[in-house]
Amino acid sequence: MPARFRLTEGGRIDRSKPISFTFNGKVYQGFEGDTLASALLANGVHLVGRSFKYHRPRGIMSAGAEEANALIQVGEGARTDPNLRATQIELVDGLKAASQNCWPSVEFDVSIVNNIASRLIPSGFYYKTFMWPASLWMTYEKIIRNAAGLGKAPEGPDPDSYDKTFAHCDVLVVGAGPTGLAAALSAGRSGARVILSEQDATLGGSLLSEPDLQIDGQPALEWVAAARAELEGLDNVRILTRTQTYGYFDHNFIGLMENLTDHLPQSAKPPKLPRHRLWKLRAKQVVIATGAIERPLVFSDNDRPGIMLASACRTYLNRFGVKPGSKAVVFTNNDGAYAAALDMHKAGIQIAAIVDLRAYAEGPLTEQARDAGLRILDGHAITATAGDKRVKAVQVTRLSDDGESAKAVGEHIECDLVAVSGGWNPTVHLHSQSRGKILFDETYACFVPGDSAQASTTAGACSGSFGLGACLSQGHDAGLAAAKAAGVKSRKKGSAPQAEDPNAPGGADRDFLPARWLWLVPGDKPLGHGGKHFVDVQNDVTAADLHLALREGYRSIEHVKRYTTTGMGTDQGKTSNVNAIAIVSQYFGCPIPDVGVTTFRPPYTPVTFGVFAGRDIGDLLDPARKTPMHALHEHAGATFEDVGQWKRPWYFPHEGEDMHQAVNREVRACRESLGVMDASTLGKIDIQGKDAAEFLNRVYTNAWLKLKVGACRYGLMLGENGMVMDDGVTSRLGENHFLMTTTSGNAAPVLAHLEEYLQTEWPELEVYLTSVTEQFATVSIAGPNARKLLAELTDDIDLSAEAFPFMTWRNGRVAGIPARVFRISFTGDLSYEINVPASYGAALWQAVMTTGEKYAITPYGTEAMHVLRAEKGFIIVGQDTDGSVTPIDLGMDWIVSKTKDFVGRRSLYRSDMDKPDRKQLVGLLTDAPDTVLPEGAQLVEKIESGPTMAMVGHVTSSYHSPNCERSIAMALIKGGRARMGQKLYSPQADGKVITCSVSDVVFYDKEGERTRG
Amino acid sequence: MLEIKCPYCGPRFETEFSYGGEAHIERPKDSENLSDEQWGEYVFMNSNTKGVFLERWVHTSGCRRWFNVARDTVSYQILAVYETGTKAPKLDLRKDV
Repeated sequence: MPARFRLTEGGRIDRSKPISFTFNGKVYQGFEGDTLASALLANGVHLVGRSFKYHRPRGIMSAGAEEANALIQVGEGARTDPNLRATQIELVDGLKAASQNCWPSVEFDVSIVNNIASRLIPSGFYYKTFMWPASLWMTYEKIIRNAAGLGKAPEGPDPDSYDKTFAHCDVLVVGAGPTGLAAALSAGRSGARVILSEQDATLGGSLLSEPDLQIDGQPALEWVAAARAELEGLDNVRILTRTQTYGYFDHNFIGLMENLTDHLPQSAKPPKLPRHRLWKLRAKQVVIATGAIERPLVFSDNDRPGIMLASACRTYLNRFGVKPGSKAVVFTNNDGAYAAALDMHKAGIQIAAIVDLRAYAEGPLTEQARDAGLRILDGHAITATAGDKRVKAVQVTRLSDDGESAKAVGEHIECDLVAVSGGWNPTVHLHSQSRGKILFDETYACFVPGDSAQASTTAGACSGSFGLGACLSQGHDAGLAAAKAAGVKSRKKGSAPQAEDPNAPGGADRDFLPARWLWLVPGDKPLGHGGKHFVDVQNDVTAADLHLALREGYRSIEHVKRYTTTGMGTDQGKTSNVNAIAIVSQYFGCPIPDVGVTTFRPPYTPVTFGVFAGRDIGDLLDPARKTPMHALHEHAGATFEDVGQWKRPWYFPHEGEDMHQAVNREVRACRESLGVMDASTLGKIDIQGKDAAEFLNRVYTNAWLKLKVGACRYGLMLGENGMVMDDGVTSRLGENHFLMTTTSGNAAPVLAHLEEYLQTEWPELEVYLTSVTEQFATVSIAGPNARKLLAELTDDIDLSAEAFPFMTWRNGRVAGIPARVFRISFTGDLSYEINVPASYGAALWQAVMTTGEKYAITPYGTEAMHVLRAEKGFIIVGQDTDGSVTPIDLGMDWIVSKTKDFVGRRSLYRSDMDKPDRKQLVGLLTDAPDTVLPEGAQLVEKIESGPTMAMVGHVTSSYHSPNCERSIAMALIKGGRARMGQKLYSPQADGKVITCSVSDVVFYDKEGERTRG
Repeated sequence: MLEIKCPYCGPRFETEFSYGGEAHIERPKDSENLSDEQWGEYVFMNSNTKGVFLERWVHTSGCRRWFNVARDTVSYQILAVYETGTKAPKLDLRKDV
């Protein structure tokens, strides 16, 4: 059974395809082609929500993206979206929609008391009331959020998928109304690569609501269908429907959100399609053909359900075959709204009156309405409205000549629909976002685009040309010009489509003038004393609120906007901003352009968070880098930690061991017999060229020219500010060939640093840098039995201490694999790092493990490595340094050359570097040997009773050391090296205090005999 | 998002590049003889120009080469792109590159 307010014929809905949906738990029927709004109106449902602040009943006020009232929660559970506009939600079988911002229900909302108490909630109410005491803000905020919340968050992770794509085109045409279609046709025919984007599901724009117009001798919608067919036949044109062009950014970078599956029932969604797709588009030229939005009138109690824009009434009638009411009053200040009156009259809606603010109603459509016998009350205004959940009557009163006041007694007219028109605002959002200028047009009393700041043009209603004929010719010309400006040599030129309006006097080129601009319609009571003149219905901002802000001294429109929150809702004031600006200008008695416009910001309509994340979630958020031995570590039961993007074994627990036990066992093994670690993640940079040694000499603090081939050297790298940036061992492989290692997490920044100096400061040096981190796998063996193990695996390297001393490297074969063996040590024990081609990494690891069994070889992870190096006082850059630490602070003066320049050298001689209270790296020994200081803990000289104590430094590294049989820590302490033996205290969050004394930073084998032996 | 014309690879999205601050600041060769103030000027004190600014970029996710850009910091218009070590070309303030 068709819904009560559905016309038996007409409109672009398919009556053979019924759709059932629920709204607030009740089941309704609509048809394919409906929006949620049109289907609700067809069922006579006008009350769809409650307002933000006063919880007043609200209905559907528009038929498009500008909807400020009918904000709907769609879906449930994890799959739900708040704040969707009922006017843009395509009806789909099984759709579950609900009102938001009402409790317990939209029909009965407890917070309506806010409306009764509204004089206690003026503009700036939140600022004024909830400022004091500041400590209670968290409590206030919860209550406010509960009362004002716009919609509900999903209850679980989003089950849908989203995608992103990059695209380029010659011409982007935004909007597929008559202007956009004409532009896409002319640009497409010329051979340009065109993208035509349309927010609606279908093309046609305003023509969908005005089917009686004719273009090129055929009904408008047949012309649209022909245009679409032609565009689809051009392989240089792509049409994106259901796509919101939401943002215009720098250098003609445009953001579009394409909706791919929301219009399909859950069961019919292709599983491989993302729900939404983000288009990151770079267009050579943009034609903005976004049309115009009708402006409401600001009159007393203008927010009741059943009060809607006149153009919306036409859309519901003509596009959806829905009567938005039975008895209508049309309230207008211009001729254009009479089209709605005529259409409604034709469709059988009783026109109770046309209330016209103009002193004398005239114009082509007005005359037509007069001829049709419609009752026109010119020089009149609606001064009050009545009706709770639906408008039921209006008070119509004769205006004074100046329009400032209305006579006390008026006529009471019953109605269930008020169609309002206050003129039209060009949709200049994208133009303004692109930083194009906005000008005020006195004739049409609206803001129109001025000069473009980027490669874009506006055309049609968006540029302030409201006649269909002008739209078509402007669109045609803009498309041609854009294609030409994009460098496309036109293949052929068509002519602009021609418009006709057989029914209307004035032809297809008429606009909505004449009009009378009366920005604030007087009510039957003074402003602010009963009756609310809403300017922004979404944020419940009234004309009285604006006046109050101005009385309180606000002047800049940007401040008035923020203080009153006008235009700051999810609709960004599409229907309210110009009215607000005009009311402010009227208050000051200054011209509207002097007030200025508030900034248009992206997004035009809200964009799903999901599209910005796209596929960059979960495992795809960041690459995971794994060494060639990773699978073996997994098999061995390793626990992994992230080091940059690398997955490194953290420790290898045995059955029943916790981390502490496993790490202790691993650390002991390296000192007592043999440990093995996967060091493949170390950054490796291959450096070649005749100036390679000179280059190293400039980027490291120590000297490199005389390093012998076959030798290795530890180096510290500084930034130009003198602070430690990275460290590592670099080996001379040949006269002009070095291999640099960097810390695992710093390989990319170090390479970038080297490249920068090479290219920008020393281009005369002949040096070539190649990242070879992933070309080699590195197995590091450490412990007293390391040499014995290696001897079993190689027969062509002399391993004697004399032939292969500490800090040298040798080529040879290890386990039959060509290898480069470095005798270097980060553990402080006898240690070899065996480098083999990455593809042999797993084979080498297995050979080492098998051969090492007799030495109880123990794989160890990063945690044991940290303990081992801390026992030796070796720093980890980024842990023991933080970008404010020099080599001198670290006590590493021995590595800083005094005889050559290097990056950062001069900074070490700044007066600031001599300050005695610079933080210096020292060791800390806790009084209680079993207590391990937390890393990051602050240290003080004495414990005070109050909460603030002068801090002298902090712990950078702290472990239990099994080899020292006690805890050890490294710390950066002010003037630390002069404090040897001094007691320091570390107050903990739980109130306990850890007492420790300052010590040398080397805790184990101070002479280094184990390393060199 | 800017579109930057790498002199070696052509126009690419800004996300492929890294920013390198003010261009044409040469590393002092005789830092020995500079006062703390002069050295601090070099290391820390860059211009923050409103208007046309000569700045360095590197094509990090491309050819990894450094080059210079003349960019208007108000309009973000890019007026010229030129190689490191060369002087800024004469700028036509009306024309994007």
